[in-house]
Amino acid sequence: MSGRPLPLDAARDGAERPGEFPYTRGPYPEMYRQRLWTMRMFAGFGAPEDTNRRFRALLEAGQTGLSTAFDMPALMGYDPDHPLSAGEVGREGVSVASAEDMERLYAGLDLGAVSTSMTISGPAPVALAMFVVAAERAGTERARLQGTLQTDILKEFIAQKEWLVPERPSMRLVGDLIAFCAAEMPLWHAVSVSGYHIREAGSTAAQELAFTIADGVAYAEEMVDRGFGPDQVLPRFSFFFNAQIDLFEEVAKLRAARRLWATLMRERFGARSERSLRLRAHVQTSGVSLTAQEPLLNVARTAVEALAAVLGGAQSLHTNAWDETLALPTEESARLALRTQQMLAFETGAAGVADPLGGSWLVERLTDELEAEARGYLDEIDRRGGMVQAVIDGYPQAEIAEAAYAFQQALDDGRRVMVGVNAFAAPDGDEPRIHRADPEVERRQVERVLALRAGRDAGDHAAALDAVRDACRGTDNVMPPLIAAADAGATLGELCDAFREVWGAYRDPGRW
Amino acid sequence: MAAAAVRPIRVVIAKPGLDGHDRGAKVIARGLRDDGMEVVYTGLHRTPEQIAATAVEEDADVVGVSILSGAHMTLVPRILALLAAEGAHDVGVVVGGTIPGDDAETLRNAGVTAVLTPGASLAEVSAAVRDAAARRRSAIG
Repeated sequence: MSGRPLPLDAARDGAERPGEFPYTRGPYPEMYRQRLWTMRMFAGFGAPEDTNRRFRALLEAGQTGLSTAFDMPALMGYDPDHPLSAGEVGREGVSVASAEDMERLYAGLDLGAVSTSMTISGPAPVALAMFVVAAERAGTERARLQGTLQTDILKEFIAQKEWLVPERPSMRLVGDLIAFCAAEMPLWHAVSVSGYHIREAGSTAAQELAFTIADGVAYAEEMVDRGFGPDQVLPRFSFFFNAQIDLFEEVAKLRAARRLWATLMRERFGARSERSLRLRAHVQTSGVSLTAQEPLLNVARTAVEALAAVLGGAQSLHTNAWDETLALPTEESARLALRTQQMLAFETGAAGVADPLGGSWLVERLTDELEAEARGYLDEIDRRGGMVQAVIDGYPQAEIAEAAYAFQQALDDGRRVMVGVNAFAAPDGDEPRIHRADPEVERRQVERVLALRAGRDAGDHAAALDAVRDACRGTDNVMPPLIAAADAGATLGELCDAFREVWGAYRDPGRW
Repeated sequence: MAAAAVRPIRVVIAKPGLDGHDRGAKVIARGLRDDGMEVVYTGLHRTPEQIAATAVEEDADVVGVSILSGAHMTLVPRILALLAAEGAHDVGVVVGGTIPGDDAETLRNAGVTAVLTPGASLAEVSAAVRDAAARRRSAIG
């Protein structure tokens, strides 16, 4: 290493600098020179205690924030003993059914000091209620909690497909949650507007950008319609993007996202505060870019994608483990993925300068092109009556399905190359040792939820659930009765059932 | 034998369980349709009971089950048992998803016609479905 000092910035007089509106070049002037990105590895499996141990191992290895993956029953709002939960409890994420499980999940971790992300959208108000109860029982007041709840229900209908109730009541719940956080949780990010899953479902980079920004606009509209000023709520929005393998396009996408958001929030809502206009993003490397064939190649793919996130100016980053095409990561593979970030941060010099590719003819042009293409989609969404209506009508879903099919055809005819899959393929090697789900977890989590139901005060519990249903039918914010119900021992499935009783369960129309 | 008399292969593409990963299922539904098959897609979050009932109602030659949640060892045997209980053991069952090798072997031994994993091309999927349909049609004459 030469140790040559890096110049700070070479922007000409009058040209946009990092930290200046519209923030193309980064939300902050100094970027990583002032504060490195948060290394936040998405983790969750088994019972809450299993994930608590993984959290501790990641923190010991130098991770700087927590990110929680819930299992499919939790994401769909079912308790472990629901018939649809069979075989899925604690398998793709951690099983959480109660405030008590939430206490076990974060036991011994200082929630006033470490920021915590929870990736859950349909049951987000329920998860937040349980988190607040768990944190306050452990002595951390809600106003001190720092972290992010995903709460992005529109991208669920568009891409991830873990939902509870139809689109409009879902928006009501999102609005209640954002309003509650604005009043009582000043350090909490109430919504993480997510393009990640849109991209994983097969969208192009421009579609990921456009549909994510359109979702954010829809949440902003919901709050402005409720009478909030834009600067009261927008500072609590954060974003979540994918980092795919196409290095320069991904850097340009993050730059275009910041410019587009800042410009739109000023144009459409009259936002003025810097904190409203600066788009801050978590980035995760791409799952679908990884291959089950020669899986160690995924270490190199993930490194390039993580570099794209860093060059694009991400505020926090998850790097996928090489074995995630086969199963959840092992502790060793997750640590290797974290080490990849640490090498980027401390060995490569990539963190030394804000927006190092700013001024590159290619990256500037790609940034302009992606912004223009996304604006075309945003105009189309406006013509369709806004994003909520477009989602109800299946418009973004259909665009993504077309793109996903076109991608598969390009792979099949060789126009698109994946090394080890359709080019340079090697004979199958031995299967590596992978994470295996513990079959005992499901039985234990079922027993726990049965014991909880048997042990609580039935009268308190019934009254608390009634209060939740009343809030849903009326106009009162649903968060306070949810917190009271979680404290009275109501389970995640019961509280989500209350939503479904009032508004009906959403069913996949199965369009393809 | 007149080619016109041969009914196109009928396939039900099914998504059991709670996982929402429907990219693969929808891409494959389109691929099989473009290859000349009649395709019914169940939509997400279906129970094994609903899937077996759809297969019988639609007189499917093949059920293509897409699972990326790791719950395949719970859900697939139930679909096989329910099809048998409906008298539809001849219906071919093809499974696609993140299925470890030893699980794939167990599933094939239990009666699954083929297991396809990430990286399979549309041509490979189509060939597996055609093979499963041909076995069914020769079995029922």
